[in-house]
Parts: sequence; C-alpha cells; structure tokens
Amino acid sequence: MRLGGYDAHMSNTKRFEKNCAGMEDKLVQYLDGRAKPAGRRAVEDHLAICSNCRSRAEDFRALFGALDDLPVISPSPWFDASLRARIAVVGGRPGFWGWIPSPRLAFAVAVLVAMSVWLASMPRIANNNSATTRVPAEAEFGMIRDLPVLENYEVISKFDALSELPAPPDDPVAGEMKNETSE
Amino acid sequence: MLDVKAGDEQSFELLLRRYRTPLVNFLYRMVRDSAVAEDLAQEVFLRVYRARKDYAPSAKFTTWMFRIATNLALNSVRDNRYRQSEISMDQAVSVGDDERRSMEVRDLTPTVEQVLVARSRSEMILRAIDALPAKQRAAVLLHKYQELDYDEIARILECSDSALKSLLFRAYETLRIALAPLLNAEKVSSSAPRGV
Repeated sequence: MRLGGYDAHMSNTKRFEKNCAGMEDKLVQYLDGRAKPAGRRAVEDHLAICSNCRSRAEDFRALFGALDDLPVISPSPWFDASLRARIAVVGGRPGFWGWIPSPRLAFAVAVLVAMSVWLASMPRIANNNSATTRVPAEAEFGMIRDLPVLENYEVISKFDALSELPAPPDDPVAGEMKNETSE
Repeated sequence: MLDVKAGDEQSFELLLRRYRTPLVNFLYRMVRDSAVAEDLAQEVFLRVYRARKDYAPSAKFTTWMFRIATNLALNSVRDNRYRQSEISMDQAVSVGDDERRSMEVRDLTPTVEQVLVARSRSEMILRAIDALPAKQRAAVLLHKYQELDYDEIARILECSDSALKSLLFRAYETLRIALAPLLNAEKVSSSAPRGV
C-alpha cells in the first residue's frame, strides 16, 4: 500500500529522528576517529541527509579544537620533594596488615592455629598407649581393694587414699568399712 | 608498575616523571585549584606506592591510577572543601609569580592584548567544564585530555560503554551550548575576509 504525502513525510521524519537519537552513541566516537568502519559509514550516511546532525558535528569539531587550547599546568618544582617526604612519613610506615610478611604465610599460620584448637577441643580417643596405661591402674585398684583389713583404727581413719576410692554399691568390703567408720 | 611492585625504586621515579603532569592537569581541571590538584596528585602517587605490593595487572596501570585520581577528585568536589565558588580574571592575575610562570599557553603571542584574549578564552572554557556535573566533567577530561580508551574510561567511572558514550555526548552538547558565543565568534573570524 502506498503512503500518502503527509504519511510519507511523517514516516521519514520518524526515521530521521530515530537515526538522530542513534547518533548520540556514535557521533563523538566518529569525530575522535575511534569509530569502527561500520559505525563510521553509518554516521557519514546519516550526516549526508541530516542537516541538524551535520551542523552539530561541525560544532563539535570546533569545540574539540577550542578545548585543545586550554593551558597546560606544570607541577611545582617542589612536587617531587614533597611527595618523597610524604612517602617517607606515611609510605614507609606499615599498616596493620603490613606486619604480616606475606598473605600465604599468614594463611598457613591461621590454618595451623585453627587445626591446633580443633585438635585440642576433640575428646581423647583411647589408643594402644592409653590401653597400656589403663591396665596398671586397674591392677592397682584391685590390689587396693584386696588389701587385708587393717585392725588399727587410727591408721584406717587417717588413710586418705581409701576415702578417695569410688565405692561400688555392691562391694561388701567397702560397705563394712563405711559402717565401721560411721560407728 | 611490575618493576615497582618488585621493589625497584627507579621504576617508581619513572612513573612519577611520566604521569605527574597529566595527573596534575587532570586534577586541576577537576577541582580548579592548583594547590589542591598537587595535593591530590601526591595522594594518588602515595596510594600507588603503598599499594604496589598488592598490584595485580588485571587492568592497565593508567586505568588504575586515574580511577584513584577520579575518586579522589569526585570526593573533593563533593565535599566542596577546596572548590572556589568562582574564578575571576582578577584571581587569575593575582596568582603567585611561580604559578604564572608555570602556566604555558600554547598560542603565546607577543602582544599583551592577545595574551589577555587567550587567557579570557581559557577561563571561559574552564568555567564551562567546571559547570558540568562532576561525572560528565571527569568523562570529558579523561576522553579529551588523557585520550584514554572508551573501555578504560568506562572502568574508571564504573559504567557501561554505552552509558559512557551517552554521558560524553550530553557533556559535549552542554559544552557546545555553553561555548556557543566563543565558537560562533571563531566561525565569524575564520569566515571574515582578510587583508581589509
């Protein structure tokens, strides 16, 4: 279907407006010479048909030229000396993390400490060594339990080791001793 | 920078010599005060020096350095600690002799009138740049004067490429309008018949 004169004009205008909006992303890059060939061609095609954008591009070129004329300031002669003084004062002083020689070493130390704490907090597991140390303890307990009853009351009452022994509830010897001391 | 990281002091001197002038100019155009610009530039080098051992070459050194500089400048502008409310021609005349000697105007001409015209022109441009929002100003300065790549500037300003292009277009459009009298006068003078 063929468009009427007004519709055709509006269609073209909208297309141009759309293209003009697209120039926002491309025009500066085109003018500073950093546009890719495809982008450059697109801008040139648009500038050939759009007087507004052509005028803006000319203004931008003039603006870039004007901006080039800004004076250049040189740092003061004492800039370097002042910076060195600041480095000597502040730069040489290590911060909190500066005391750590390297991150790897810090990590290794942290892991070591964590493992030590973890191992220390673990419940002791019976191993062969502890088994061998338990046998004499049991033998010792048996020896103490089977000791002949001493007749001397003074000795028994002052024999602290006997009072520290756990008394099994069904132990007749301990029961008798308890009765005797309570009497 | 990798040599500096390895502890080579001479390489730091080289970095200093190479980048101090661009850095001071960038910061001066951001904060419009030469003393503050120098102070901030020293702060940038100090931070580079202190962070040298942690430097990772994931980006260009200039990107890293100008990122530090831009952040410092934006903070300074935001704090408004050092910013002068207005810089007039009188202030430009009243600056110290040392500073005046250090200003290099490219088109220096022998006549006083031409020097004054050039200075007035520079002041007008600086004022127009100064009136831009801080982020647009940084974008223009990094694009126009440091000639950094688009992706570098986008990294420094922490925005996307397309956002940067839009930012630059708006900034230049604002400058075009602000400096229209200057640009029109140049158009007229360049199109005027000569030798009359």
